[in-house]
Amino acid sequence: MKDTEHTSTALPIRIRDLTKRYGQMYALKSVDLDVHSGEFLTLLGPSGSGKTTLLMAIAGFNRPDSGSIRFGDKEVILTPPHKRDVGMVFQSYALFPHMTVAQNIAFPLKLRGVSVAERAGRVEEALETVQLSGLGDRNIDQLSGGQRQRVALARAFVFGPRILLMDEPLSALDKKLRERMQIELKHLHRKLGVTTVYVTHDQREALTMSDRIAVINHGELVQLDTPEVIYNRPASAFVADFIGESTMLPLTRQGGNSVFLYDQKIGTVEGPGTDWTLVVRPERLFFAGKQDQSDDTKVIMTGILQETVFQGESEMALVGIADDTELAVRFGTGAQSDGTKAQVGQQVAIVFHRDDAIIIPGHGLT
Amino acid sequence: MDTLAPDQTRADAHENEAELTRQHAREQWSLLSLVIPALLTIAFVVLLPVSWLFYLSFTGDDGGFSLENYQRMVEYKSYYRIFITTFQVSILTTLICIALGYPLSFFLAQLPPRWAGFFMLAVLLPFWTSLLVRTYAWLVLLQRQGLLNELAMHIGFWSEPVKLVHKMTGTLIGMAHIMLPFLVLPLYSAMSKIDKDMMHAASNLGANPVRAFWSVYFPLSLPGMVAGSLIVFILCLGFYVTPAVLGGGRVIMVSNQITAILENQFDWGAASALGVVLLVATILILYLAARFFKFDAALFGRN
Repeated sequence: MKDTEHTSTALPIRIRDLTKRYGQMYALKSVDLDVHSGEFLTLLGPSGSGKTTLLMAIAGFNRPDSGSIRFGDKEVILTPPHKRDVGMVFQSYALFPHMTVAQNIAFPLKLRGVSVAERAGRVEEALETVQLSGLGDRNIDQLSGGQRQRVALARAFVFGPRILLMDEPLSALDKKLRERMQIELKHLHRKLGVTTVYVTHDQREALTMSDRIAVINHGELVQLDTPEVIYNRPASAFVADFIGESTMLPLTRQGGNSVFLYDQKIGTVEGPGTDWTLVVRPERLFFAGKQDQSDDTKVIMTGILQETVFQGESEMALVGIADDTELAVRFGTGAQSDGTKAQVGQQVAIVFHRDDAIIIPGHGLT
Repeated sequence: MDTLAPDQTRADAHENEAELTRQHAREQWSLLSLVIPALLTIAFVVLLPVSWLFYLSFTGDDGGFSLENYQRMVEYKSYYRIFITTFQVSILTTLICIALGYPLSFFLAQLPPRWAGFFMLAVLLPFWTSLLVRTYAWLVLLQRQGLLNELAMHIGFWSEPVKLVHKMTGTLIGMAHIMLPFLVLPLYSAMSKIDKDMMHAASNLGANPVRAFWSVYFPLSLPGMVAGSLIVFILCLGFYVTPAVLGGGRVIMVSNQITAILENQFDWGAASALGVVLLVATILILYLAARFFKFDAALFGRN
C-alpha cells in the first residue's frame, strides 16, 4: 500500500451526467457539477432532494445508474470506496466505539502501512489541529458531542486526502456550538487547502461557510454560484424561497420588456414569458421617510400595518398591501432603530431600493 | 383581582409538600408490588428445591453429614467421562451454532426490517413446535432407512447406509437445530444495532471489505455473539431430551446420568451431587465470561 504524503495538493472533482434512480423516482437526474481544486462547495437542498445521494456517489457508497465522476483526470465511478482516498465526516460521526480516540485516528494510517512511530506523530498532530491534544487515550463514549465531531474530522484528514466530504457534520450539535464549529471548519479548510464538498439542509450554514453553493432540488442542480449571488440573485422561486426569507409578489408585463407591480414600474426583463415575480427580502424593506418620496431609485408601497412581532435582535412587521398579500418588513430593535411608531391598523408606507428588487420568471412557487 | 392572603397560600404549599411525598412513596410501592408474584414463585420453585438438593447431596446413607456422594464422583471413572461428554457436546453444539448462526444473523441484519421479520419467522418457527416432536423428527430423518441416507445413496454420496443416530453426530445435529434460535436472536439484535455508517467509514478510510469486517464489524458484533453463545452453552449443559433420544444411550450427559441414578438406584444424594456440580460449573463459567467479556453489556445489547 502506498503512503499518502501529507503535503498532497487538492484535486478537482468533475461530475457529468450522473443519474441514479430508485424505481421510478430520480434521486439524481443527469447532474453536471465541477468542484474546483481547493474550494469549499456546499450541496444545499431540502431533505430528499438528492444532495446526500450525490455525496454518497462521490464517496462510492452507492452505485449510480450512469454518468462519470472524475477526481483530477482519474475516472473513479467504478473504483470501490476503499480505493478512492477521500476523507469523509459522517452525520453520525461513525467513530469506532471499540477503539480509543488515537486508535480511531490512526486507523487510516495503519491501513496505509504508515510505521508505528510516524503514526503516533501524525495522530498527535491531527489532535492538535482539532484542539484535542492529550485526549488520545480516551474512549469514544467519554467524549462530548463537540469532541466526537472533532475526532471524526481528525480521522478524515489525517491521511492527507485530497478531497474531503462532509455529510451534515454539525447537525447533531446545539446552536451555539454549531456556529463556533462553522468558523473552525472554515479555518481548517483554509489551513488544509483540500477540496471540500459539504452537505447541509441549513441555508444559513451554507451561506456562512461556502465558497460556492450548489442548490439541489428533486435530484437536479438548480443553481450553482457564490453565497452572495445565490442570496441576492436567486435564479428561481425555489431558490429564493429556500434561502433566506422572502415575500413574492406577482408582476405584470406591459409594453414590451417592462414589468409592473400594480401600477409602478419595477424594472425590465429579457426573454419570453408573460408571468414574472418580484421577490423582496424583509431586511431590504423600510418604512418610508419624507425624502424617499422624491427618490427615483426607490419604490414605495402603502398598506395597513397588520401585526408586529418582537424577535429579540430584530422586529418583524406584517403589512397588508392588497387582498391576501402581506409584506414582511424586518427592522432593528435598538435605540437607533428605523422602525415605525404606527399602531396596528394604521396606514404605513413601505420603501425598497430598485437594486434590491429580485425579478424571477414564472408564477412564484405555484 | 381576587387574591388570597399571601401567608395562607404559603401554608397550603407546605401542606402539599407532605402529600406529594406520600403520593411519590405510594407510586414506588405499587410499582414494587408488581414483582412480588415473581419473587414468591422463584423462592418456592427455585430457591427452596435447590437448597433441598444441596442439603441432600451432603447427606450420607445414615442420614448424617457426609461427602461420600462427591467422593464417588472423583473415584469412579464413569463420572469423569460423563462430565467430559457434557462439555464436549455443549462446546461442539455452540461452535456449530456459531458457524451456522453468524452468517445467518449477518444476512438478516442487512435486510430491510420487513424482510428481516419474515426470515426471522423462519428461524423462530421451530421454536413453536414441541421439543420432543422435533427430536423424533430428526430420528426419522437420520436413521438407517431415513430420508437423508436414502437421498445420499440415491445421489451416490455413499453406497451403504451410514449410521447417524444413536451416536454423537445425531445428537449434535439435533442439539444445534434446537439451539440455533438462542444464538441468532441476541446476535441479530446486536448486529442490527451496528450503524451502517460504521462499515462505510471503514471502507472510506481505506479498509477493503475483509479488513473492514474483521477490524470493525466483528468486534462490534462480538458482545451479541458472546451472549448468544453463553445462552446456548449453558442450555446445552443441562440438556436431556435430545441426547437421550438421538444419542441412544451412547451419549450420556449429566442430565441423563441423573435420570439413570434416580430410576435405577433411587439415590437422591448421588443425583443431587451431580446437579450441584453442574450448577457450580455453570456459575463458574458465567463468572469467567463476565470477567472477560463485560457480560452485562452484552446481555443488554449495548455496543
